Amino acid sequence: MATVWIPTPLQALTGGEATVRATGGTVKELVEDLDRSYPGFKEAIVGEGVLVRPGISVVVDGSVVKKGLLHPVGAESEVFFIPAIGGG
Amino acid sequence: MNKPEKLPHFRVVGTNPIRPDGLDKVTGRAVYGDDFKIAGMLHGKVLRSPHAHARIKSIDTRRAAKLPGVRAIITGADFPKPSVAMVPMGEGGYVDMNDTADNVIAKGKAFYDGHVIAAVAADNPHIAEEAVALIDVKYEVLPPVMDVRSAMAPGAAVLHETFNPGAFFMKTHKVLPNASRLELGAGDVARGFKEADVIVEREFTTETVHQGYIESHICTAQWDERGQVTIWTTTQGAFAIRDQVAIVCAVPMSHVRVVPLEIGGGFGGKDTAYIEPLAAMLAKKADRPVKVVMSRAESLRATGPSSGTFIRAKMGAKKDGTLVAADLSFAYEAGGFPGGPIAAGVLTSITRYNIPNVRLEGFDVLVNKPKVKPYRAPGATQSNFAVEQVMNQLAEKLGMDPVEFRIRNAMKTGDRLILGFPCPPVGGVEMLEAVKKHPHYKAPLGKNQGRGVAFSFWFGAGLTSSAELSVNSDGTVQMCTGSCDLSGTRLTLAMQAAEALGIDVEDVSPTIGDTHSVGYTLQSVGSRTTFATGIAVYEAAQKVLKEMAGRAALLWETDPANVAVDRGDFTDMNNPAHRFTFRELADKLEHSGGPVSAQSTVTPERVGFQLAAHLVDIEVDTETGKVDILRYTAFQDAGKAVHPDFVAGQIQGGVVQGLGWALNEEFWYDAKGRLCNASLLDYRMPIALDVPMIDVVILETPNPGHPFGVRGVGEVPIVPPAAAVANAIYDAIGVRMDALPMKPGRVLQKIKEQKSAAA
Repeated sequence: MATVWIPTPLQALTGGEATVRATGGTVKELVEDLDRSYPGFKEAIVGEGVLVRPGISVVVDGSVVKKGLLHPVGAESEVFFIPAIGGG
Repeated sequence: MNKPEKLPHFRVVGTNPIRPDGLDKVTGRAVYGDDFKIAGMLHGKVLRSPHAHARIKSIDTRRAAKLPGVRAIITGADFPKPSVAMVPMGEGGYVDMNDTADNVIAKGKAFYDGHVIAAVAADNPHIAEEAVALIDVKYEVLPPVMDVRSAMAPGAAVLHETFNPGAFFMKTHKVLPNASRLELGAGDVARGFKEADVIVEREFTTETVHQGYIESHICTAQWDERGQVTIWTTTQGAFAIRDQVAIVCAVPMSHVRVVPLEIGGGFGGKDTAYIEPLAAMLAKKADRPVKVVMSRAESLRATGPSSGTFIRAKMGAKKDGTLVAADLSFAYEAGGFPGGPIAAGVLTSITRYNIPNVRLEGFDVLVNKPKVKPYRAPGATQSNFAVEQVMNQLAEKLGMDPVEFRIRNAMKTGDRLILGFPCPPVGGVEMLEAVKKHPHYKAPLGKNQGRGVAFSFWFGAGLTSSAELSVNSDGTVQMCTGSCDLSGTRLTLAMQAAEALGIDVEDVSPTIGDTHSVGYTLQSVGSRTTFATGIAVYEAAQKVLKEMAGRAALLWETDPANVAVDRGDFTDMNNPAHRFTFRELADKLEHSGGPVSAQSTVTPERVGFQLAAHLVDIEVDTETGKVDILRYTAFQDAGKAVHPDFVAGQIQGGVVQGLGWALNEEFWYDAKGRLCNASLLDYRMPIALDVPMIDVVILETPNPGHPFGVRGVGEVPIVPPAAAVANAIYDAIGVRMDALPMKPGRVLQKIKEQKSAAA
């Protein structure tokens, strides 16, 4: 099972847990698995179709992944949802 | 400068070739926005709101239209409502196109002094200016809201009845009529402060500041018979301008061609469309090309500055110097539309230290000022000003050396960041050790002189970049990328191409493509060009080498697997007599399948973090409160400095701008919200006489996300100066500064308060 780090605004859904385990072969499947345990999680992360909501970047094992929810994950993967940050 | 040693396996990277565009720029041959002229060109001028907050009751253009020589007039009514609400701008960042469109030209309400109301195209600039004065606008003037605290106060005038809280972070909500909020955290802050032996709690303010690029915004637009518009402009990102013009003007993206001209500074402020949609609409209406030139005053009044802020900071540490808790609240000005740098600002506030219990709160606050835009590490300078002063104060309470205190708590490779993920390779501890060992750190100081240190972090950006390489028969190479060159990047990219291809950098001819001639490339922002576009160049070079190796195999009638490629030499591993240099093989491409070129579009996923530590010595004139900079040493990790002199230049430039924030720069508004210092005489940026030689120490902890180890370098050097100067002022005269800029009057006031308290 992969480990998902729950961002602060969503820890109310997980009873204050900062990390939870989830099953799936992609980030999207992890999110859907978590939504079953923590209803509302998917709505908070997923925007239109298979896209993350605006303003969120998906990090898998330390890399900001350009495929977002479609990125594959392994059993020992760590997944994070972080604010999108640009620059000047 | 302490230049890094050139690693033996690099031929080109790490050297300092002369920039190919330098002579043209200093002799006037380079074509900037104002140099561009086209036959039949009209001149556009813009009518701007004199009110910071006003409802537009009516706009009467009839008198202006009758003026001989006027060819077109546009108002907000000429622009359609954008068909696309939110547009991705890279790394999950989104821009609300309705806000962008309303910022380009007001529709119903003016949100700041200088907001565009209408625009005129005429035969010459004088007629256009006269016509602008003949446009009759009736306003219902509304009370302005000019700072974050008054905007968040009960009863404040409301800018937008409804607004999209912006692209910050998930469940970010509108929490006040003029503000939305973000909160991040880790651990248990209350418990953390209970464990703390020393706690420092303070409040800070910073003022609105502008990027101050020397060249203002200038563009020219022309339509062709097919309904395609070409825009020549000064910008940090041709594709960003293209996308915004297409959406704001309701034109297919394929029908907008943006040609980036040379750019006279940007620093984050030139990644968005201001006058380009106006020029396009005027040109369409007049059926003539139209040039629009923003004056200095217009640029300062109406283009995106960086946020003024109000900050509350509380941090605690144990006796052994371990940080245990931080509770930080930041209110950033967004300007007239949502979307300030709160995510970046709050996260960079502490990301460089390990703190187990953290609460970070950010407010994005609407005020009647121009929509804020990135300015070199957006949001970080403000939060650093607060946190690095609190760090020094904690160190003092603990009786620890301030650098040693930072080393004790510095984030190391593999440590968990506040968002949970492990820190990629960084050299923060090594940098702080270098600070301690540097002669500057122990140099003697005189009366009223002090030394300050600050340590800083910036994420950097990856984003999409494209590059194309074409091999000529004489062995030279054309290189075209989509990255606008703000700082010499056409050379640093050519150097990476030369390194990868194994040829001399003089044999690579770099050009910057327009949106019809090169693959999609996001803006030159986020310190990303040498890093991300460098990867695109590297990938394209690998494709070129692979194709050329295949051609060598054809010519030698062997399998491509038998061809070895090393530093531009192609050899047949089964026949030592078979050998081509890059140049020799290039000459044979035409007859072995045709010329070779390769394209690459990349979106790098492993961005190297940027760290910087600055040391500054200052002297305070206690009679006037004036602060002079005596000595400055900037330490920065470049990963791998592709062109060390350019890296030093970026650092020195960032320091100078940071010193402007520290000592002088601020927007001055009157009670009605009108900008009073819209000139570079009154908006006081540092000049050469204000700063000493800035020493640079480049460190190199390679970024594994880049084939040569490159990190971005352009943004983080603006972050530490304000905090470092504040710490130096305390060291010199014992007063704690809590507001930017630390101008003479403010320092003098602190000295008076100090004397009163002593009495």
